[in-house]
Amino acid sequence: MTSIPMADGLILGGILFALGLAGLLLRRNLLLILVSIEIMLNGAGVAFVAAGSRWGQADGQVMFLFILAAAAAEVSVGLALLLTYYHRRQTLDADSVNEMRG
Amino acid sequence: MTNLMEIAFFAAGAVAVIATVLAITRLVVVHALLYLIVSLLAVAVVFYTMGAPLVAALEVIIYAGAIVVLFVFVVMMLNLGVRTQETERKWFAGRAWIGPVILSELLLAEVIYLIVRAPVSAAISSISTPKQIGLALYGPYLLGVELASMLLLGALVGACHLGRTSKSGREARQ
Repeated sequence: MTSIPMADGLILGGILFALGLAGLLLRRNLLLILVSIEIMLNGAGVAFVAAGSRWGQADGQVMFLFILAAAAAEVSVGLALLLTYYHRRQTLDADSVNEMRG
Repeated sequence: MTNLMEIAFFAAGAVAVIATVLAITRLVVVHALLYLIVSLLAVAVVFYTMGAPLVAALEVIIYAGAIVVLFVFVVMMLNLGVRTQETERKWFAGRAWIGPVILSELLLAEVIYLIVRAPVSAAISSISTPKQIGLALYGPYLLGVELASMLLLGALVGACHLGRTSKSGREARQ
């Protein structure tokens, strides 16, 4: 059996998630916002693996694989959107998208 | 044995938190990506100490190896200006490397220490082997695997479409 207490793993996952959320809210660079989302997904994965290893089941690691697939899909679409936006506006400032025209 | 794994867990967790804090506070995107790689490697060591070696390997291969490379490609595509060389020289001045190098050397020392000192059974007797994970993936979680494949196909089509429209939009502008 594993020797790491589940609470420590969950706390580490929570810290990583909170840091990613702080980066998401504080930064205005779209690329760094995507990086922060990756950090948040990573924190959720840490929590899943910690909880899965607490009960000795493989389910937590299976869930991490699904998070991995979701992160890959999200980052590919997000980066394509970011490139489109940069070619149109020549900037990566998230505050410059504050007007919506239909 | 117990203490060894716990100390390794806390050291790697501390490296992960420090690298993440530095990653979300960097002004230059490439520096943030360097710290992000260190953070992902530290989380991989955390997975190893939790008895999940397959997930640790996937973290290194897919997160640090594929997803961060996508970010680096985008940074390279965005900096096609005249000032590219000066910017490159400024970015790779050497001082920016110190932080990530120190943190990843800590991780390397920790991994070497674990390999040398911990008994081989530490990794072998991990709670779920890759075989168990594969059986779970293609047994009760088969529907999830199919859905993930469809999600990835959708992301592929979406990224292709967005890339195509952005190219035609640039041509129209010129």
